[in-house]
Formats: sequence, structure tokens, C-alpha cells
Amino acid sequence: MTKSKKSFKLFLFVLPGIILILIFHYLPLWGWSFAFFQYKPGRSLLDSVFVGLDNFQQLFGNSIMRRNLGRVLLNTFGIHFLGYLFTPLPLLFAVLLSELKNTKFQKFVQTVTTLPNFISWVIMFSLTFSIFGTSGLINTVLSDMGSDLQVNILNTNKHVWLIMVLLQQWKSLGWNAIIYFAAIAGLDQSIFEAAAVDGASRWQKIRYITIPQLIPTYFVLLIMSIGNFLNTGVDQYLAFGNALNMESIEVLDLYVYNLGIGSGQISYSVAVGIMKSIVAVVLFATANGVSKAVRGTSVF
Amino acid sequence: MYRKKHLSDKTADFILYLVFIIIALICIFPFYYLLICTISDSKAVDLGQVLFLPKNVTFRNYIEVFQVQNLFQSFLVTVARTLIGTVGGVLASAYVAYFFTKENMWGRKFWYRFTIVTMYFSAGIIPVYLNMRMLGLLNNFWVYVIPSLVNVYNMILIKTSIESMPAELEESAYLDGAGYFTRFLRVVLPLQKPILATVALFSAVSHWNDFFSTKLYITDTSLYTLQFQLYEFLSQISSAAEQLNTADALTSITPTGIRLTLTAIVIVPIILVYPFIQKYYVKGIMIGAVKG
Repeated sequence: MTKSKKSFKLFLFVLPGIILILIFHYLPLWGWSFAFFQYKPGRSLLDSVFVGLDNFQQLFGNSIMRRNLGRVLLNTFGIHFLGYLFTPLPLLFAVLLSELKNTKFQKFVQTVTTLPNFISWVIMFSLTFSIFGTSGLINTVLSDMGSDLQVNILNTNKHVWLIMVLLQQWKSLGWNAIIYFAAIAGLDQSIFEAAAVDGASRWQKIRYITIPQLIPTYFVLLIMSIGNFLNTGVDQYLAFGNALNMESIEVLDLYVYNLGIGSGQISYSVAVGIMKSIVAVVLFATANGVSKAVRGTSVF
Repeated sequence: MYRKKHLSDKTADFILYLVFIIIALICIFPFYYLLICTISDSKAVDLGQVLFLPKNVTFRNYIEVFQVQNLFQSFLVTVARTLIGTVGGVLASAYVAYFFTKENMWGRKFWYRFTIVTMYFSAGIIPVYLNMRMLGLLNNFWVYVIPSLVNVYNMILIKTSIESMPAELEESAYLDGAGYFTRFLRVVLPLQKPILATVALFSAVSHWNDFFSTKLYITDTSLYTLQFQLYEFLSQISSAAEQLNTADALTSITPTGIRLTLTAIVIVPIILVYPFIQKYYVKGIMIGAVKG
């Protein structure tokens, strides 16, 4: 067999996989055309009126549309920025847990704190409801103690961003710490020994040796997460959203879903989706470029 | 001087132990609370009598939860999609990964990028929905399985792992006259068990936990998954109907009882499988992180 024939045969082997990718990831792009028509559900696209860029203009020109878009963008940004404030937490968690030299205890804590990462947001909601709901554990205990105080975090429009971020932390702190544990395990022990000889205290070793060596990992993870800025997913917000908190919980992805599937405004929701996809790619390319400049490697 | 430092180290250790025990308790307590509520008398739960220990232990909830319409059917659908989706997904991703390690493939660089771009670029929820509709996958069991067969992230993990395998292993099989398929099945797959286990765990959990595809693509109740049943149940009771709990307290089983038991049933398989695969996923995360 000649070389080129063999190389094409290899391509034929992988072709079924590429076809699947094509059908489920590239073919949906034809749906973008809906943004340029006045599409009504139940009708065919061919019967719909071609409106060009009208839908896009409406998004910015129509004051209600513009306000909604501004609101969901604010929610998306607010939840993300608040989340960034917590990003040093997994690092701290790993550093402090590694200080305890009892491996059995370390393993136990890791196992227990990683578990919540594996449950869905629907279950998260059910558990939160049991503990923080109006007739949940905390409110029962409070009223048993004769307190008038009522905890209400699920049916309120107050502090929604913070509550969502704290729930995310409960779910993923242990999981996010794993990478730092592995990094700490890989640190060169001779540096610590040298520091000990020089009389460095435990705190000094953490402050001047461990943490500085973890900072590059921290920044790489941070940069890559900025590339995913707009992709919040909908699971959490769909599970926790209700009529009372929708104003603050509706993120961009959920808005697109509600607009398209909920109120059947396919054309508008596709227009919003297109802009989101484009901004997401720009963000990703930027993050990738920064990552390339900072650590010399990138996804592409 | 030295003694004093030693003592303060001990105090620091003590505080750290305390902090981590509290964190561990915060993580585990909701699961414990859920369990004791499901095995307690439903009325006692509704009246707020179950706090830290079960009351009037009974397993009726676990029998009566099957009053929920189509629950057993949903269980079968969930198990089927998790099994077929995981086995099929791992095999398909490993298959594609294996061929992408072959450097002399025609257009390899292009096709590889063509594939991984999809991790960062999506046409959007609605266009994907319209596409599924066009393909006839709405209200179709296979919508759970086929679109996620080749998972790009898992594919990268497996590819990285195959690349770190000594090439001689495959070469000797090649010299024995084994073709690509035989080498993939007989040499590569058996040697990649750890990464395949990791990927299988990720994929099984995401199949088991998924409720959004049901919400988006399925209206036929016989195709509902357990997670979606729970979601439906929760969205019915969460808004204004919270007071219904006490109104219904006369019947033997209350919405709270059903909700909690449904939640427990959905969590249990994850907790059972989790300790066995735990040792694998750290490896998976590391490879994933290195690759960005």
C-alpha cells in the first residue's frame, strides 16, 4: 500500500466520528438563519418573512428588549465576578489540608468534600429546600428556639447572586482543590528542607514557598475560566429559578432558553444566541492568546 | 523558645483539624438529613419533628414513592441511557482518540482542530434544538445517547493517555500482522483501563444527572428520566404550594416524603459507585488540566 493510500485509509477510519461532530455541532448552524426571518412556530421558514437584520436592531432599539438584555447580562457578570472572588479558596483549602500530616484524615476530608460535585443541580435544589426552605430544618430549629427570625434564601429576590455562588462553592470546593493537591504533592521537598535548616517557620514556608509555586496554576485556571465567561449553563438557574427571584437569577443562557422555548420567540432568541456565540469565541481566543503568552502553551 | 513554637504549631493543627471537620460535616450533613427524613414518618417530617435523628422509622416512603406516575419506567429509561450512553460514549471517544494519534492521517491537524473547536463554540441552545427537530430526535430515546457519543473533552483525555504509551507495544502487534481494529481492541483498550474508567465515571455521572435534555427535547412522559421527574415534582411544589405539605398531612404519604425519597433514590447510585472510582478521577483531572 502506498503512503498516501494508507494515510487516507486512516482518515476513513475516523470519518464516522467526524460525521457525528458535523451533524451535532456544525449542522445546527443552519438554525442561525432563523434570526433573519420573522419566524412563527408551526410555520415553515420558507413561509416566513425575510427581515434581514431587523431582529438584531430590535434587540437594541426596542426599549423593553434592551432592558431585558441588560438585566440578564448584569446577572451573568454579577454571578461570575462574585464567583471569581472565591477562586483562591480551593488553593487555600489544599494548602491548609496538606499541612495536616495525617493522610487518613486528608483522604477522608477529600472524599467527603468532593462528593457534592457529583450530584445534579436538581438534587442540590431539593437538599437546599430541605434545609433552608420555609418549613426546612433551619427555620424549624429557629422557631423551636422561639426566634422570630426566618431564613428565606429560595423565594426572594435579595442576595440571589451571592446565594448562587455560595451553593456553587459548596458543590465544587473539594473538587477544584484536587488539582492543587496534586501540584503540592509534586513540589520539590528539598526546598522545604533547606528552608527548615534556615529556621523558616511553618507559616513562612507556606507564604514564601508553597503559595508562590501554586500561583501559576491558579492564573492559568483563572484565564481559562474567563474564556468560558458567557457559558454559565442553565441547570443551576433552571433548578433554582422561580417567579420571585427570576429578575436576578436569569442569566444569558437561561434568557435565550426562556425566550425561544418558553415564549416561542425563536427568531429573537437565535439573534441573542448568535451574538453570544460570537462574543464567546472572541473571549476564548483572547484567553487562549493570553495563556500562550504567559505560559507558552495553549489549546491551539 | 523552641518549646513555645512547638506548642503554637500544635494549636494551629488543632484549629485546622476543627475547621476541616466542620467543612466535612457541612458537606455530609445534607445527605444524612435527607436519609433520616426518608426513613422517618412523613407526618413527623412535615411537623418539623425530625431534626438530627429519625423518628418512627418506617420504609413506607420507599414503597409508596412508586405512586409517582411512570416512576419505574423513568428508572428504566435512566438506567438504559446511562449504560448505553456510557459504554457507547467511551468506546466511540476512545476509537476517535486512537485514530487521532496516528500522525500520518490525511488532514489530521485540520480534522483534529475541526473537532476540538466544538468545545468552545456552540451554535446555541435554540439552533441545536431546531437541528434535533429536523433530525427527528424530539421525543426519541436516542436523543439521550447519539449526540454525546463522541465527547470531545473525554476524547482529548484518552488521546493524551494513548500518546504516553510506549509505541513498541503497538508495533509488536503490527509486526504480528494485526490491523488497526485488532490493535485498538486488543492492545490499546486493555492498556488504557485507568483513563477509560475515569472517562466512564464522568460520562456516567453526566448521563445520570442530566435533566435538561429531557426538558428540551422530550414531552412524551414514557421517556422521562428520574432527574426530570424530580425536577417536575420540585417545580410543582416549590413555588406557592409549599403550604400544601401541611394540607396533605392527613394522607399517609406527603409531597415532602415523595420528594425526599425521590431525591434519595437518585443520589444512592452515585454514592455507591463513587468510592470505587475515586482513585481514578484525580488522574483524569490532571491530564485535563495540563491540556487546558
